[in-house]
Amino acid sequence: MKRRRSLPDVLAGAVFVLIGGAFALGSLGYELGTPLRMGPGAFPLLVGAIVAALGLAIVVKGLVAGELIVFGTIPWRAVAVIVLALLFFGFTVRGLGFVPASAVTALLTTLASTRVRPLMAVAVAAGLTVAGTLIFVVGLQLRIPLVGPWLGA
Amino acid sequence: MELLDNLALGFSTALLVQNVLYCFVGVLLGTAVGVLPGIGPTATVAMLLPITFSFEPVTALIMLAGIYYGAQYGGSTTAILINLPGESSAAVTALDGHEMARQGRAGSALATAAVGSFIAGTIATVVLAVAAPPLARVALRFGPAEYFSLVLLGLIVSVALARGTTLKALAMIALGVLLGTIGQDIYTGTPRFVFEQRELYGGIDFVSVAVGMFGVAEILRNLENEHTRTLLVSKVRGLWPTREDRRRIVGPILRGTGLGAALGVLPGGGHVLASFTSYAVEKRISRRRAEFGHGAIEGVAGPESANNAAAQTSFIPLLTLGLPAHPVMALMVGAFIVHGITPGPNVITEEPALFWGLIASMWIGNVLLVLLNLPLIGIWVRMLHIPYQVLFPMIILFAAVGTYSLSFNAFDVYAIVFFGLLGYVLIKCGCEPAPLLLGFVLGPLLEENLRRALIISRGDATVFVTRPISGALLLLAGAALAITVLPAIRKRREVVFAEDD
Repeated sequence: MKRRRSLPDVLAGAVFVLIGGAFALGSLGYELGTPLRMGPGAFPLLVGAIVAALGLAIVVKGLVAGELIVFGTIPWRAVAVIVLALLFFGFTVRGLGFVPASAVTALLTTLASTRVRPLMAVAVAAGLTVAGTLIFVVGLQLRIPLVGPWLGA
Repeated sequence: MELLDNLALGFSTALLVQNVLYCFVGVLLGTAVGVLPGIGPTATVAMLLPITFSFEPVTALIMLAGIYYGAQYGGSTTAILINLPGESSAAVTALDGHEMARQGRAGSALATAAVGSFIAGTIATVVLAVAAPPLARVALRFGPAEYFSLVLLGLIVSVALARGTTLKALAMIALGVLLGTIGQDIYTGTPRFVFEQRELYGGIDFVSVAVGMFGVAEILRNLENEHTRTLLVSKVRGLWPTREDRRRIVGPILRGTGLGAALGVLPGGGHVLASFTSYAVEKRISRRRAEFGHGAIEGVAGPESANNAAAQTSFIPLLTLGLPAHPVMALMVGAFIVHGITPGPNVITEEPALFWGLIASMWIGNVLLVLLNLPLIGIWVRMLHIPYQVLFPMIILFAAVGTYSLSFNAFDVYAIVFFGLLGYVLIKCGCEPAPLLLGFVLGPLLEENLRRALIISRGDATVFVTRPISGALLLLAGAALAITVLPAIRKRREVVFAEDD
């Protein structure tokens, strides 16, 4: 078999090794117990080790006979904007209330597309805020105030 | 006769006004997300799950189930009209269905898909009603050792059906199991991996995992290269297949139904496998093999029936064993638990109205779907004109609100960010997200039964092999693993899934 290196394989394997290893190390801090009475650390230690081992196997395979995967581009702008929008929502929905938090989240999210035009973004954000308010707060009676305490309501 | 009594009970439950109404809402939403590429039933069910918390349990389950099988119907519309599968199982429908549309036969392709799906759904519902009770009786005799082995078998079979390499699918499952250990330990109450955050004591909500992996990650992938979809047909005419067409689709529909009903029970995407297998079978036995790929109606009828039959029978493991065969089923487990019902063999005896009502609602849902899909096809065609720039902010906003309303906990929203990014990176590296979600849901079951079995056997690990049912299940799991690793079969799998992209 021809040797071909696959960066995505190595990256995926590294993610598994990292997470599996971290969990396995972390579980050493909990009681392992005996086979008869397994402690809280035993199962995560076992599974963490399996994840790390599988990850290592993927790395090795990726260096020797990797899978041909086109990694493609990463839409950095979309990643950044969507992450920011979701974090904003989680952080402010209690304080700002449903309507302002939704409006800002929706507006931020529309900016993820490279084709967005300002007028369109505002229209979409406004429409979604109204729709979201009607569906979740009016229709489904979700217990989130429309305007929160940060805005003096 | 018992079956008829049970079905009568089922229909009397399913025909209650609110149940029919929410069944309709479910299949309507399901068709919509099936039609729209870029959002699937898993993300939709995950986002809507919190809303159903206030419903009656049977109503909630009827609606969520409707979303799942409704999406199978809707997916075919997109596949036929714009050559883009709205759902992974509809990918094979695009091959001949889209070709038919290009030849001006979109109407009969759509009608064939709907009629095939309806017949398959009807037969598969009966299969479900007949097969579930005896299976549930067997499952009642399962102890912790058997359950541990069964869960393990389920997880490994789902690897066999996943796309991509076995190694990666295994790693995704194990990672899911691992992430499922976050939160308080079931036996000692010790908080594990919570980083002193009280919000994490209850563990990560699987809704967040599903929304992140299937919703957010999918959107990021779609935003990689934005292109405009070209709609082939703006008006569909001539819905009724000709007499020649009608004669040609009978066989494929029945064979597809049989295949789908059998394969749907398998964990990890039996419906995708079913539609591909059905296509391969029809192509092999057809006398007009050359027509396949150039608008053969059998290539639409078979796979569409198969995937819909599989969508129905994938409820069998859920309702009898409490094991989800598909990420959507994993979310249904959550829906059961929220309403205080443990999914598994007890459901049929303790909640007969719910069990039979859900089954009966599937048939009603199938009737509603035919009505929704054939006369109203114009509406779905128009829906394909919605630009993605409107769609994805909607999904993100609804995902945020939906996960927040789970327990009004901002951590659930942060979790979708984490799982969205993790899922995006892993998907880009060729890992499928479905095994991770299955592992995440089944992981706690695996740990609980492992520990309980060891306590009962006084720490003797051989119990898993010496108890006959458990031993047989483990043997099957080993065989399934060996089969997926063997090169000859792996090659066949690649062929089967090659056309999926």
